[in-house]
Amino acid sequence: MASDSGARESDWEGVRLHVVTGKGGTGKTTVAAALAIALSGEGRRTLLVEVEGRQGIAQLFDSPPLPYEERTVAVGPGGGEVVALAVDPEEALLEYLDMFYKLGRAGRALRKIGAIDFATTIAPGMRDVLITGKVYEAVRRRKAGRSGAHVYDAVVLDAPPTGRIARFLGVNAEVAGLAKVGPVRGQADAIMGLLTSPMTAVHVVTLLEEMPVQETADAVAELAAAGLPVGGIIVNAVREPLLKVADLTAAAKGRLPRAEVADGLAAAGVSVRDGAIDGLLAEVAEHAERVALEKAQRRTLKGLARPTYELPLLSEGVDLGALYELAERLCAQGAA
Amino acid sequence: MAAGRSLDLDDVIGDLRTRVVVCCGSGGVGKTTTAAALGLRAAEQGRQVVVLTIDPARRLAQSMGLDALDNTPRRVKGADESAGGSLDAMMLDMKRTFDEVVFAHSTPERAQAIMDNPFYQSLSSSFSGTQEYMAMEKLGQLRAEDRWDLIVVDTPPSRSALDFLDAPKRLGSFLDGRFIRILMGGAGKGGRAYLKVLGTGLGVVTGALTRVLGAQVLKDLQAFIAALDTMFGGFRERADATYQLLKTSGTAFVVVAAPERDALREASYFVERLGTEGMPLAGLVLNRVHTTGAKTLSAARATAGAETLAEQGGHPLAAGVLRLHAERMRIIEREQSLRGRFTAAHPRVPVVDVPAQPGDVHDLAGLRTVGAALAGG
Ligand SMILES: Nc1ncnc2c1ncn2[C@@H]1O[C@H](COP(=O)(O)OP(=O)(O)OP(=O)(O)O)[C@@H](O)[C@H]1O
Ligand SMILES: Nc1ncnc2c1ncn2[C@@H]1O[C@H](COP(=O)(O)OP(=O)(O)OP(=O)(O)O)[C@@H](O)[C@H]1O
Ligand SMILES: [Mg+2]
Ligand SMILES: [Mg+2]
Repeated sequence: MASDSGARESDWEGVRLHVVTGKGGTGKTTVAAALAIALSGEGRRTLLVEVEGRQGIAQLFDSPPLPYEERTVAVGPGGGEVVALAVDPEEALLEYLDMFYKLGRAGRALRKIGAIDFATTIAPGMRDVLITGKVYEAVRRRKAGRSGAHVYDAVVLDAPPTGRIARFLGVNAEVAGLAKVGPVRGQADAIMGLLTSPMTAVHVVTLLEEMPVQETADAVAELAAAGLPVGGIIVNAVREPLLKVADLTAAAKGRLPRAEVADGLAAAGVSVRDGAIDGLLAEVAEHAERVALEKAQRRTLKGLARPTYELPLLSEGVDLGALYELAERLCAQGAA
Repeated sequence: MAAGRSLDLDDVIGDLRTRVVVCCGSGGVGKTTTAAALGLRAAEQGRQVVVLTIDPARRLAQSMGLDALDNTPRRVKGADESAGGSLDAMMLDMKRTFDEVVFAHSTPERAQAIMDNPFYQSLSSSFSGTQEYMAMEKLGQLRAEDRWDLIVVDTPPSRSALDFLDAPKRLGSFLDGRFIRILMGGAGKGGRAYLKVLGTGLGVVTGALTRVLGAQVLKDLQAFIAALDTMFGGFRERADATYQLLKTSGTAFVVVAAPERDALREASYFVERLGTEGMPLAGLVLNRVHTTGAKTLSAARATAGAETLAEQGGHPLAAGVLRLHAERMRIIEREQSLRGRFTAAHPRVPVVDVPAQPGDVHDLAGLRTVGAALAGG
């Protein structure tokens, strides 16, 4: 494990809330889970929060669907603990009403008349207010008793995609704009305080493809403009290079030495027809074109000047074992 | 190649009775690319086409001249108009479309009151389902303009393809919701009667709301809903009318999927849903399928060959070529098996494969290549 093999220190000392965003389907949930494991070194406890109501965490950890309740789902590499929570906005609203307003009977009445449903599914931003409120509470929660230590050493949020992230995290500033005074205003200001502090880092997951990289660049700019702390960039599903750079360059120009390939195939005992050799050369040319595109995407990412981590494409897909492998890669590169 | 009927989209766009093509599918599978490619192909075959795109990739938008962002269709330069057709395209501006709806359905003063309400800003840009609703609305508008004989519609990025059909209805149920009736000052008879049944006084509810939201917020919210209330009928009628349009035979749904498990599962749900809704399905586009020009060389043989070379220690280039081919063959095998499962479950749904291009599809030439594949090669 990274921590006992003396790997490098984390780039994110002092960060207690890791927000993981990225274009849809780039691997946010996978990376958030791997990061939570990576952060759960010896004696540490991490909370992994899911907010989109899809039970993605339960699927990844092979556990039955999570209720709105914190449950231990995995043991960290050094013996730490990963706790998961799938936030249900409706439950969160009732909890919130109870905690802050002691509404009692009126709270239940609100639910019966459909106000809770209205508020959480329809009222703009309400869902986001509740989710960020719940995350805020978990980050700050302390143990009872004299030590008063934090219950969670870190919280990892599997967040909405890049297109919505700045708005999601900034929703409390919006609330503050709508509610000039009152308890809602106070809470909103406190949450924004945490989210814009160095205790928070917003990491962006991307693939080496045009649209995810473009969205990453847009999100980094948007987050920075909103005063939200941009964390690292996690390049996911990176392919191992199978050919040397010189060969790729030649292939891109259609100048791969055909005879050399044919000789090699013969030496390997692989006999194919001429047409198939053309087919193989065409595959290499396509591969070279893609590698060149990936290189261009890497350059764009580099221009963002953020710490960058790479995770390999796992051809067998992602299961629980794979998450530990990805976690180790994150540790080794200093992401945790 | 797995069995199943094959789809030729030229039959769809070449049929003058086809007036609307809707490209659906889960996120990132190639809906926008398919919509643009079909639109271009139809235009170059002589039809008067408009393509309604939603959030196209930036370079594609630029090459179609879509960066103007004024929420109206513009002529696409570079389309071959020699067959007498033309291609217009636009990119949906959700907020602007919402504004237009508000102005179209209320008096100028009322519309202004809505625009000025702080809740409108957030509602018009983040209401869940607004993008789907506005896409439907825009489709209705384009159809009413009657300037084109074919409208190709892209659908918003969403995890589930079903959202396109369901989201507009969500707006309807919001408008009919009992909470709204209560919020309307408890004025509506329904609202008050409902509270009575619950044994709750209106005062308790508004009291609670005031405590949570603050009095000013509650007032703004009520004012906003009151203003919107006058337009509810119009909203609902239009959404219903467009929904009905989608059921007519002039419409063709094209379901797009990537050859991946999740995307094909979503495609299955969607296909089944179209069946129950009685909506006309043209078929499935399986996009970004891998192909090979060396299919006689199996993954196993290629891998074994690469290993032999590794032992011998020579021919690094050929070894790399073999490993690359083995990887591709494994991908093809997986994709074909997923495809086979889909066609087994939906034997009557025609399917067409669009090969994965080595680079992104970001210009008219790329769209033509995809378009040719959509017509079965
Ligand atoms: N490094 C990887 N290697 C192979 N497969 C991966 C890798 N990372 C993620 N995947 C797979 O890609 C798919 C999408 O990943 P994931 O669900 O984590 O993405 P997401 O960004 O959370 O998606 P969504 O936007 O739908 O929430 C999953 O099937 C996952 O198993
Ligand atoms: N056949 C293909 N070969 C290679 N790249 C493709 C192909 N089809 C689409 N792409 C690329 O994949 C990316 C996503 O495509 P597209 O934008 O059409 O998907 P979408 O379904 O509209 O996505 P969203 O759900 O985000 O709207 C684009 O960069 C596009 O160029
Ligand atoms: Mg996810
Ligand atoms: Mg799209």
